[in-house]
Amino acid sequence: MSKIPFAHTPENVFRLVGRKTIAFFEDVGGLAVMIKEMLWGLPKAVTRFHLIIEQMHAMGVNSLPLVALVSIFTGAVTAVQAVYQISDYVPIRYLGTMVGKAVMIELAPVLTALVVAGRVGAGIAAELGTMKVTEQIDALQTLALDPVEYLVTPRFIAGVLMLPILTVFADAIAVAGGMGISAATLHVPPHTFINGMRSFFKSMDLFSGLFKAFVFGGIISIIGCYQGFKTYGGAEGVGRSTTKAVVLASVLILISDYIVATILFG
Amino acid sequence: MIEIKNVFKSFGGNQVLRGVDLTIKKGETMVILGRSGCGKSVMLKLIMGLLRPDSGQIFVNGDEITLFKDSQFNKLRQKFGMLFQAAALFDSMTVDGNVGLALREHTNLSEKEIEKKVAAKLKLVGLSGVEQMKPAELSGGMKKRVGLARAIAMDPEYVLYDEPTTGLDPIMSDVINELIVCLRNTLSITSIAVTHDIVSAYKIADRIAMLYEGKIIFVGTPEEVKRTDNPVVRQFVEGSSQGPIETL
Repeated sequence: MSKIPFAHTPENVFRLVGRKTIAFFEDVGGLAVMIKEMLWGLPKAVTRFHLIIEQMHAMGVNSLPLVALVSIFTGAVTAVQAVYQISDYVPIRYLGTMVGKAVMIELAPVLTALVVAGRVGAGIAAELGTMKVTEQIDALQTLALDPVEYLVTPRFIAGVLMLPILTVFADAIAVAGGMGISAATLHVPPHTFINGMRSFFKSMDLFSGLFKAFVFGGIISIIGCYQGFKTYGGAEGVGRSTTKAVVLASVLILISDYIVATILFG
Repeated sequence: MIEIKNVFKSFGGNQVLRGVDLTIKKGETMVILGRSGCGKSVMLKLIMGLLRPDSGQIFVNGDEITLFKDSQFNKLRQKFGMLFQAAALFDSMTVDGNVGLALREHTNLSEKEIEKKVAAKLKLVGLSGVEQMKPAELSGGMKKRVGLARAIAMDPEYVLYDEPTTGLDPIMSDVINELIVCLRNTLSITSIAVTHDIVSAYKIADRIAMLYEGKIIFVGTPEEVKRTDNPVVRQFVEGSSQGPIETL
């Protein structure tokens, strides 16, 4: 006879809550230890510059087409919806102001991070997870190499450097997308759009977005590496770690977005 | 010399090692026999510091490594090489990258000297011209040989072999066995091999130990193994399903 789903006895519920709580604190502790070891590995990482460049290429250059595609539509949809929202009470010449601020402060950093979490975070977890289950991480240790120093630190450095750079591209492409659609369908010429953007631009708009991207880059690489290192159980385990890495990184990106926004603008 | 004294190790509720005692003398090849899943590979990982014992002591050259901090193991590991069951080559690197990794990380040799040394180690294991190939392009036997070249790249004092012939055809198994014997004779390496391949054990071992129910129940030369009347060893060597070893 099949079991009835969710038919937990009180004892099972307590056991489940207990197990989840222990797993949560194990993860928090494990992450803290890995971050500490990763930071200790920073001086050594300079001597392995080629590993950082490899990771920067994988995270940044290879993500650019996808980020560009997402950004151009983000800019376009922001412009279209901004016109719908503001046309009754704000002059249309300020469309560039709205699009520019929305893109630089929030949309470009967050959407770029979510796209990179899906593409790169999953890739890191799958690669390191496969290395774990095929004993390649053990093999690194037998060669007297610290896996955190060798695998995590270069990915972390690449993450915190490349996310802001990708976000700069995303800012430019999204603004271009918004400006293009404004000119083509909303009857707002490019010079009006740019003037609107320039008249209320603050450097804080750009730098707050880049700071967020820096934080998100760290989150994506650390979570991907941690889930990869925790992998067990063959191909099924690699799939599980990959999914967890994307979900956890996405959730943490949104939570940290709120925290950073509160610190910078609160 | 490696000494293992009264070592216990469990995973969850599964007690794998229950008081292992074993001494491996300098320059000898010790083969540890035992059924799959009996804890043979765990013993190698304990010696390398990849796992920590629950209790007991392990000494390498007189140093009690069970007291080592994680950071102290890296120095010790430079004296060791390890061949993994599935070779565990780094997929993202070429053969040259795999074999030369430790040399690039731990020595001040020039790139030219490293390439020369990598080629020499590959030649020693019977491979040449494969430096730029990726592990995915190699056969099972070639992977094992590259793994072996990587294990001996730093001229280690000790080499640990985890199931060196598993998954290979009989001829390639013999090639690997010959290589292990050759390395012992030419480089005077102290070796520990874990296997359940009796043919391989007889060929490469100076002494053979039998791990059964978490303990070493027999140690002797291949000749002593052939003559022993220990029922567990006899059943294992003869590959019989009848005897004291439970088959379920």
